[in-house]
Amino acid sequence: MILCVVDGDPLSLEALTFASRLGEVEALVFGEADVGGYVARALRVVHDRLDEYAPDAWAQTIVGLAPETVVAPGTDRGHEVLARVAARLGVPLAANVVEAEVDGDALSLTRQRWGGSLLEEARLTGTPKLLTVAPHAVAAQPAGISTTLRDFTPTLSDEHFRVRVTRRERAASGTARLDTARVVIGGGRGVGSKEGFAVLEELAALLGGAVGGSRVVTNLGWRPHSDQVGQTGARIAPDLYIPCGVSGAIQHIVGCKGAKRILVINKDEHAPIVARADWAVIGDLHEIVPAIVAELRKPLP
Amino acid sequence: MNVLVCVKRVPETGARITLTPDAQAIDTTLLGFTISPHEECAVEEALRIAGQHRGSTTVLTLGPAAAREQLQNAVAMGIDAAVLLETDGRDWNAEETADAIAEAIRATPEPFDLLLFGNEAADTGDYQVAVRVAHALGLPCVTGIKGIAIDGGRLSARREAAGGWEVFEVPLPAVVTVKEGINLPRYASLPGRLRAKKTPIDQIEPQRRASALETIRLVVPPERASHVEILGRGAEAAPRVVAILRDLGLVAS
Ligand SMILES: Cc1cc2nc3c(=O)[nH]c(=O)nc-3n(C[C@H](O)[C@H](O)[C@H](O)COP(=O)(O)OP(=O)(O)OC[C@H]3O[C@@H](n4cnc5c(N)ncnc54)[C@H](O)[C@@H]3O)c2cc1C
Ligand SMILES: Nc1ncnc2c1ncn2[C@@H]1O[C@H](COP(=O)(O)O)[C@@H](O)[C@H]1O
Repeated sequence: MILCVVDGDPLSLEALTFASRLGEVEALVFGEADVGGYVARALRVVHDRLDEYAPDAWAQTIVGLAPETVVAPGTDRGHEVLARVAARLGVPLAANVVEAEVDGDALSLTRQRWGGSLLEEARLTGTPKLLTVAPHAVAAQPAGISTTLRDFTPTLSDEHFRVRVTRRERAASGTARLDTARVVIGGGRGVGSKEGFAVLEELAALLGGAVGGSRVVTNLGWRPHSDQVGQTGARIAPDLYIPCGVSGAIQHIVGCKGAKRILVINKDEHAPIVARADWAVIGDLHEIVPAIVAELRKPLP
Repeated sequence: MNVLVCVKRVPETGARITLTPDAQAIDTTLLGFTISPHEECAVEEALRIAGQHRGSTTVLTLGPAAAREQLQNAVAMGIDAAVLLETDGRDWNAEETADAIAEAIRATPEPFDLLLFGNEAADTGDYQVAVRVAHALGLPCVTGIKGIAIDGGRLSARREAAGGWEVFEVPLPAVVTVKEGINLPRYASLPGRLRAKKTPIDQIEPQRRASALETIRLVVPPERASHVEILGRGAEAAPRVVAILRDLGLVAS
């Protein structure tokens, strides 16, 4: 039996779709999540102390069910819960798997390294087999079957609640969010200074988009880290990404490969990001971006 | 307050990854080395916390002899002591790495109050070494943290969660994995660099064990061929850019 961990995160449904391709799946549902149509069987975890997230309690619930394979979404929770199961049982965990195939008693799999810039082909043996599914490795697809939901109460003790969420805080609502913006204007070292971002902000405002940047600009303190696009920053998927003065290191590219179109502004036509783009303007961004802003402000004839 | 921070030496890949002919590793002959940005932030956080709560800091890595460079960089930033678990240069998987780190921590005479890790290593991205170390030592563990506050014997840690933050509170000693953005790491100072050269590095020979996850080969994902259209040079290209923005329906009115 393959157990698939499901919580409120939409990536759980991708994990369910992924798991269903490996065999018969039972969903293990924590909190509010609708798995109707995805699996034949689902267990809804009901426990009076699980009103808030507690990773060791989730791990104990999984261990208690003695599954042969456990699949979880490649999220903070998915990773830390399965890592706990792995540590307790002394078995490996394959994180951010993008493909898997049953091969006798083993799983042949491909997983992401370097945030997805490099892939590793591996063989996973032993029991249970634990894996998390990389975000967007598959699209969530209901199987069109009817789902039987059963309540399940795990046996948990104090030690499983040593780590738990004790409080939540809402984020201050700000400008357009990077991960949902339709247009992102990116700034790299070529922007030259904190002040240099003003014109990028202006362009973003005209297009109703958001400003992002490379690690160089967050590291220099020109922008907050929340603006960083890449392996250790945000993953973006806008209709258009406009990187200005960004060279295109692989760690940046993995953050913007979800963009539908890329329009680069860079003074170096051999910068690696140019080869990844749909369009490029070669030259000084400090001349080009203001010219685009001026052009946008011109009244239509 | 004794703080330990664990870092991993990784190649500084640029715009493209080249593999060795047997596809078992990245060809590093032309590359420099670094640590994950998450770990750089863990080093900064160790310094910040030890500074606030009057404590000492130790950096630890498991890696080849050359990983002394990464330990020295951390000492140059201000870390007090360094430990190298020296390997023969082959990759150790997450289980082996965690075993060796936990063993080294057990053998330390002064116990640590706080053990900081990166959320995931830059290269393997296994998301588990810290959790395994915490389990082996029987310590509470929180991951993906972007804010730490310590009050007496308790630590509160913030993690980003859909539209806000979730806050965990755990007793010390504890294991915490941090994400870039928790702070802005300082640069090494010149006196720091000089001190780093003189700071002795404790060396331990770790033991390895086999794993049921076996790497077969590495693969660089195929890149689509470039199809870039150069719109022009300099400000003169602005009208063509705006035409594209309009075509894509990104300009209001
Ligand atoms: C483990 C790891 C994780 C990382 N994570 C991230 C991450 O999440 N995000 C990230 O971005 N990076 C990340 N990095 C860093 C990454 O490797 C690069 O160092 C970084 O992306 C480079 O930033 P940049 O393109 O702004 O700067 P540079 O590489 O210095 O490029 C500057 C570019 O600007 C152009 N330019 C200069 N002046 C002008 C001008 N006036 N007009 C137009 N163009 C100009 C230049 O031609 C050049 O192409 C990571 C690195 C590591 C090792
Ligand atoms: N070889 C190593 N030496 C020291 N610390 C390590 C090593 N490998 C992993 N770590 C630590 O564990 C964290 C998570 O790594 P991983 O589980 O491999 O993604 C890293 O960010 C480091 O802090």
